[in-house]
Amino acid sequence: MSKVKKKVKVIKIDVDKCNGCRACEVVCSAFHAKPQYSSNNPARSRIRLIREPLKDVYLPVYAGEYTKAECSGRDKYVIDGKEYDECDFCRASCPSRDFFKEPDSGLPLKCDMCEDDPPQEKPLCVQWCINDALTYEEREEEVEEEVKVEDVEIGLESMVDKYGLQKVMDTVARMAKKD
Amino acid sequence: MRYAETGFNLEIDLTRGNIERVETDPRLTELHLGGLGTNTKLLWDRVPPETEPFSPDNLLIFSTGLLVGTPATGANRTIVTTYSPQTLLMGYSMMGGFLAPELKYAGYDKVIFRGKSPNLVYLWINNDKVEIRDASHLHGKGAVETQELIRQELKEPNAQVAAIGLAGENRVYMASIEQGRSSASRLGIGAVMGDKGIKAIAVRGTKDINLARPAEFIKLCNDVLQYIKVRAPKLVPEVMPILAGLGSPQEMLHADEKWHTENFMWGNARTRRKDFWNKEIEEKWKETLETVRTRLISCYNCPIKCGAIISVPGISTYMMKCFSKLTYTMAAFVDDLDFGFRIAQRAAEYGVDGFSMPQAMAFGFELKEAGILTDADFAGCPSDNEGKFYWLLDRIVRREGIGDVLANGTYWAAKQIGKGAEAYAHNNIKKHEQLPLKLGMLNPIYFLMYCTGEKTNITQIEGNFPQAPFSTMELREEFVKDWVQAPNDKFKQYVLDWEPRGERSMPFYPTVEACCEIVDWQEKMHYIDDALGVCAGLSSFPLKPPYHIHNFPAFISSATGIDIDEAGLTQITKRNRTLLRAVNVRRGLRRADEKPPEDHWKKRFPELEEKLLDAYYKFKGWNKDGIPTKESLHELGMDYVAEDFEQRGIIKNE
Repeated sequence: MSKVKKKVKVIKIDVDKCNGCRACEVVCSAFHAKPQYSSNNPARSRIRLIREPLKDVYLPVYAGEYTKAECSGRDKYVIDGKEYDECDFCRASCPSRDFFKEPDSGLPLKCDMCEDDPPQEKPLCVQWCINDALTYEEREEEVEEEVKVEDVEIGLESMVDKYGLQKVMDTVARMAKKD
Repeated sequence: MRYAETGFNLEIDLTRGNIERVETDPRLTELHLGGLGTNTKLLWDRVPPETEPFSPDNLLIFSTGLLVGTPATGANRTIVTTYSPQTLLMGYSMMGGFLAPELKYAGYDKVIFRGKSPNLVYLWINNDKVEIRDASHLHGKGAVETQELIRQELKEPNAQVAAIGLAGENRVYMASIEQGRSSASRLGIGAVMGDKGIKAIAVRGTKDINLARPAEFIKLCNDVLQYIKVRAPKLVPEVMPILAGLGSPQEMLHADEKWHTENFMWGNARTRRKDFWNKEIEEKWKETLETVRTRLISCYNCPIKCGAIISVPGISTYMMKCFSKLTYTMAAFVDDLDFGFRIAQRAAEYGVDGFSMPQAMAFGFELKEAGILTDADFAGCPSDNEGKFYWLLDRIVRREGIGDVLANGTYWAAKQIGKGAEAYAHNNIKKHEQLPLKLGMLNPIYFLMYCTGEKTNITQIEGNFPQAPFSTMELREEFVKDWVQAPNDKFKQYVLDWEPRGERSMPFYPTVEACCEIVDWQEKMHYIDDALGVCAGLSSFPLKPPYHIHNFPAFISSATGIDIDEAGLTQITKRNRTLLRAVNVRRGLRRADEKPPEDHWKKRFPELEEKLLDAYYKFKGWNKDGIPTKESLHELGMDYVAEDFEQRGIIKNE
């Protein structure tokens, strides 16, 4: 298989520099409003600041993939004497918390690195973080070219995994007869 | 649709336990903007001047400002307004932090309390769901502690909470309202909150704030951010480091306290220690600050780090900003900064004003030394400076023994104690303790601000004009070169002509007329901030701030859709300022009350001072007694004030 180059957009988070102001949340929600900037509401932001001042926990987290179910077990991390909940580092829009969901519909939100036309130089949260807790980098990675598999094949593969090839074939044959 | 504001207030009747969501009149926004402006209007309309501060009829208003919750940097202020038990005048105290934006996102511009709750309660606002909840289990809990307990109880880590401590519950006149690293401390508003039986307000909001002309507005916001990035690290020469950048005085960042410790007074605003600061102290204080300071922090949507998380070993963590690091240390004559951080933690949990409380304590000990208060009053009090202050702090907050008297502040305590105690309450304006500052030569600009400031707190009136002349013409030219904030070129000329010595120096320069213009401008900027909810630290307080009279109109217009130019904004500000004066005039404020502490300056100029006040009153459209004239009220569209004044015989019907 051939190698291809892929651009990876990276937001670097330096938690020691975070002053806890939540400007990132403000501008994220404003940028993604329709029409652009017409409203703002941190509850709609795709970046959230996990903030526990008395414990000195300041942790900006970006919205990642949606997940249907919460994890069955939870861990705690202790880093430099500060206790973090496992979920603090998690980017998922998940039933366990109200982050990364549209407040009205409950639909999941996901960071899109501020896709725009013309493109933004950096994501807005980075532009508004003038204390440089958030900085932006782009790097290139060489990845193996993906061979796209058809949707039906993906589905069938998982059926085969579960029931075995013979049973799937029999079922398909039987279904074909009915028609 | 309403833009920038939500268009709704919450009306809470504590006596009956009634909660209402009330739509506001958009016309009031056009006349007064919001924040302090509309708070003043509410107080004028709804609370008769005969009302005692601790009457159920007094209102306690928690307000956001017009731009709060929009993307405008630093628009996060909560403006709390009521009649003050300390001055008996209108008291308004403000705080930054995170409460006001959260309230806006919950869908409200203000929370207006009336009546009194029979039991201690807290208010829980969760968008449209608003409840008055029992707080009896929080009785006596610390103001910082309470915020955390409520968040846990509600299982809402993202709720913002403002709370009072024991001081507010006991109606101590210096009681503050605490919220994260911010507090509304001055004028005893925490005591009114305690009197009404409100332990705390908790808010969670997840709704939108809308803007009328978003593209235009966001460009202005971006310009302000870019300006801050350049201006904040570029210090103005010859200005002390804590005031040379942006934000409120940067005392959490800078360890160098030579200026404060040698120029401000120690004890009961009495003793100047001109040679206090030395190498040893400098190193020790720097070490202390760096040990206890965990992180520099900001308020909502602001990059300037005025506050800090303070973790002193052995006591619970709290947050601090500005001068309170030094007020207890200096009042108690303790040379160890560690004491300042330790006692400030206890004071933050009690919820008290870091200006007035240390002075009330130092005043108490001075009266003891003078033999006016006796050993019996201080039975059980330790003899060391640190122990003494902890002991008295505990007594005052609990209103025990002599603490019960001192809990009313130095003015009222002196009256009650008698025996010449009044002479020791020497650092008050309008019955309220001031910065412990005693200076040489009269400063005509500060004279006017001290006399007429309705906030009764100099840092909330001063600002955009340099505090002192620059030493060389070169520096002056350098300063005015990019001074875009000045209202016009006249102000640049004042700076250029102002000399440290000689003919064009204080007290006769700036001239009386120039002083009026300078004071009026500085005050105007504060009134704009307080209506918009923009932090003074990015606007009216520092030199060369990002917000100013030339860019505010565009911010307001594009946010609200109400088109306002500089003249229009000036007119609204004048209206707000005049109405506040009217509220206080109706409560008895007159020229005789408008004077700085007698010993504020050594060299006084009675004739010039009279002239200054005469000219300034005239400039403001007030008569010789400081009362707004019928003509000026008419010009501001406030004939209703003139009519009220006439009915009460405050002005004559001619």
